[in-house]
Amino acid sequence: MTALLEMKDLKVRVEDNEILHGLTLTVNPGEVHAIMGPNGSGKSTLSHVIAGKPGYEVTDGQILFRGEDLLEMEPDERAAKGLFLAFQYPVEIPGVTTWNFLHTALNAQRKARGESQLSSPEFLKKVREVAKSLNIPQDMLKRGVNVGFSGGEKKRNEILQMALFEPAVCILDEMDSGLDIDALRIAADGVNALRSPDRAMVVITHYQRLLNYIIPDFVHVMSKGRVVKSGGKDLALELEASGYTQFEDAA
Amino acid sequence: MNLVLAKNETGRAVSDSFAVARDRLPGAGKVAEARSAAFEAYERTGLPHRRIEDWKYTDLRALMREVLPLADAPDAAALKRAAAAVKLQAINGARALVLVDGVFVPKLSEVGGLEKGLTIRTLRDVLETGEAALPAQLFSPDNDNPMVALNSAMITDGVVIEIADGVVLKQPLQIIHVASAPAAVAMFTRSLLRLGKDAGATLVESYIAADGTTAYQAHDSLVVAIGDNSRLDHVRLVEDSRDAFNISSAVVTLGAYAHFNTFGMTSGAAVSRYQATIAFAGEHSGVETNGVNLLDGRQHADTTLFMDHAVPHCASREVFRAVVDDRAHSVFQGRIIVRPDAQKTDAKMMTRALLLSDEAEANNKPELEIFSDDVTCGHGTTTGALDESLLFYMRARGLPEKEAQALLIQAFVGEAIGSVVNDDLRELAIAATQRWLEARR
Ligand SMILES: Nc1ncnc2c1ncn2[C@@H]1O[C@H](COP(=O)(O)OP(=O)(O)OP(=O)(O)O)[C@@H](O)[C@H]1O
Ligand SMILES: [Mg+2]
Repeated sequence: MTALLEMKDLKVRVEDNEILHGLTLTVNPGEVHAIMGPNGSGKSTLSHVIAGKPGYEVTDGQILFRGEDLLEMEPDERAAKGLFLAFQYPVEIPGVTTWNFLHTALNAQRKARGESQLSSPEFLKKVREVAKSLNIPQDMLKRGVNVGFSGGEKKRNEILQMALFEPAVCILDEMDSGLDIDALRIAADGVNALRSPDRAMVVITHYQRLLNYIIPDFVHVMSKGRVVKSGGKDLALELEASGYTQFEDAA
Repeated sequence: MNLVLAKNETGRAVSDSFAVARDRLPGAGKVAEARSAAFEAYERTGLPHRRIEDWKYTDLRALMREVLPLADAPDAAALKRAAAAVKLQAINGARALVLVDGVFVPKLSEVGGLEKGLTIRTLRDVLETGEAALPAQLFSPDNDNPMVALNSAMITDGVVIEIADGVVLKQPLQIIHVASAPAAVAMFTRSLLRLGKDAGATLVESYIAADGTTAYQAHDSLVVAIGDNSRLDHVRLVEDSRDAFNISSAVVTLGAYAHFNTFGMTSGAAVSRYQATIAFAGEHSGVETNGVNLLDGRQHADTTLFMDHAVPHCASREVFRAVVDDRAHSVFQGRIIVRPDAQKTDAKMMTRALLLSDEAEANNKPELEIFSDDVTCGHGTTTGALDESLLFYMRARGLPEKEAQALLIQAFVGEAIGSVVNDDLRELAIAATQRWLEARR
C-alpha cells in the first residue's frame, strides 16, 4: 500500500531560521492523525509547507503524496490532486463572492483532473447541500470570501470547502479555535462524514476536546520542529493531564 | 497632400504647414479666426514635454515625437474595414454615430428616427453653416492646454447633439471613433452635447481601430453642457490599436440640481491621455467620475481630471483604479479646487494602483486646493502588488496563479465599475475586463 502522505526527515527554513529540524511522519489511507504541541513548535509551518506556501525553504528531506514528490508541484496542482489545508487563519478576499470563488476553484480543480465543468445550477445544487449539512446560512455564500465573517464563521467556511472539494488528504490547522460548542460539534460531524477508507486526516489542535469528536488513530507530539512522541488516542489525555514540559526537555 | 505639423526636433509645429492644412479644414470667418488663435497658442509650446508641470509624467515630445499628417477622408475600402470593426463594438440598442478617420459616416450611423427633442448634426455642417448657427461652447475649451489648442485648430468633424428641455432619451447614444487608414495619420474630432433642463441621456464613446492601421493618432474633444435638473451617464472605452495614440479632452459644465456619472476604461492605445475639466456652475449638483486602466506591454495611459467646485452645495466622487503589468505606465492626476464661495462642498477622490510586475509604474498625483472653510474634502491613494497571502489561499484551493490573479483584479477594478448605473454598460465594462484578463493568461 502506498502511503497517502509521507514526510521524511523534513528540514525547513524561514528567513534563515530553521523551524523544522528533521520531521518524519507517514499518513496512510483511512487514518486520522492528530498533531499536538506547544505554540511555536512548527505545526502551522508543516501545514504550510505541505500546501506549498511560498517563503519556506526545504533544505533537506522530502514530502511524498501517493509516492509523488509533492515539493515539485504548484499549490494549485496539489489541491487538484486532492490535498486540502483548512487554514488556522483564513484570509478575507473583498470583492470576490464566496459563491464565485468556490465555483471557480472547484471547476479549476476539475479541469486539472480532466473532469467536466460544473454549470452554475449544478454547482448551486451541490454547494447548497453541503452548506445545509454544515448548518451554514445561504447568504454567507453571497458575501465576499470571509469578509466580515466571525472567527467561527471563517472556520465553518473552511470545513464547507473541504466537504465541497472532497480531498484525499485533509489537514486541519486548529479548526476548533474560535468555534462555539455547537459549531464545533457540527464541524466535527462534517469531518467525520468525510472519513473513509481512501481518505486521511491530519488534525492539528491544542485541545483534547476536539479529539472526543474526531477520534484519531494516532496522536503525535511536536516540539521544536520534530515529532517527539507518537501514540494512540490516549496520548492526548495524557498530555491534557501533564502538559508539554516533559517533551520540551526531550527535544 | 501631406501636412507636417511638428516634425522638427523640438516638436514645435511650423506655421506654414497649418496654412497648408487650412484649405482642408471646414469653416470660414469666425471659425477660421478661432483656428488661427488656437494654432498660435499651440505653437507657443508645441508638443508638451515633462518640464511643463501638467505633463510631467506624459512627455509627448518623447512619447509621440510628432503630430502626424491629417488623415484623408476614408475611401470605400477604409469604410468597409471600418464597418467590420463597428459591427464588433456597437452596443446593442444604442444609437451608433460613427466617425471614420475623423469623418462622420451617415451610412454606418443610425441617423433616422430621432426621438422627439433630439437633434444631431455633424460638426462639419455646423462649422460650414455660418456664424449665426455656431454653438456658444464650440471653442470654449481652453487654449492654454497645448493639446486642446491643437485640437481646436485642426478639428474636421464630430457630432453635435442637442437634447431639448424635458426630454429623457431612452436609447443610449454611442459615438464610435474608428481609425481605418492604413497610413500613419492623425484625426482631429470634436463633439458637443447639450442637455436642456430636466433632460437625460446616456452617452458612450468608443475608440477602436479597423484592421491594418499603423500607429495613428486620435485627437478628440468633447464639450458637454448639462442643464438644470438634468442627468448624463457617460462611458468612455479606449480600445484603440496597441500602437496608436489617443489624446482626448473633455469639458463638462453642470447647471443646478444636475448629475453627471462618468466612467472611463482604457485598455487600448500605446499612449493615451484623457484630460477632463468638470465645472459646477449651479448648486446642488453631483458628479461621479470613475476610471479603470488595464495596461500591459509598454502602454502609457494618463488620466488628468480637474474638478472645479465654483458654487456651493455640490458633491463629487472620483474613484480610479489602475492595473499595470509588464513595463506599462499609468498616470492619474486629480486636481480638485474648491473656490471661496463653494461652501458645503463634498469632494472625495480615491485612487489605487495595482502593479503586476516589478517594472510596472504608476503615478498618482492628487491635488486639493481649498479656499472655502465649510467643506468635506479628502483624497487617498495607494499603490501596491497583489496580496501574496490572498493569492496563496486561492491557489491552495486549486486556482492556477493567473486565475487567482484574475479574480483579485476583477474585484479590484469592480470597485470602479460598480458605479456604472446602466446595467448593459456595466456588463460591457466587465466584459472588457474579462477580455483583458483572458489575453494575459
Ligand atoms: N516568516 C517567519 N519568519 C520567522 N519566523 C517564523 C516565520 N513564520 C514562522 N516562524 C516561526 O516558526 C515557529 C513555528 O511557527 P508555527 O506557526 O509553525 O507554530 P505553531 O506550532 O503552529 O504554533 P501555534 O500553536 O501557536 O499555532 C515560531 O517560532 C514562529 O515564530
Ligand atoms: Mg499554528
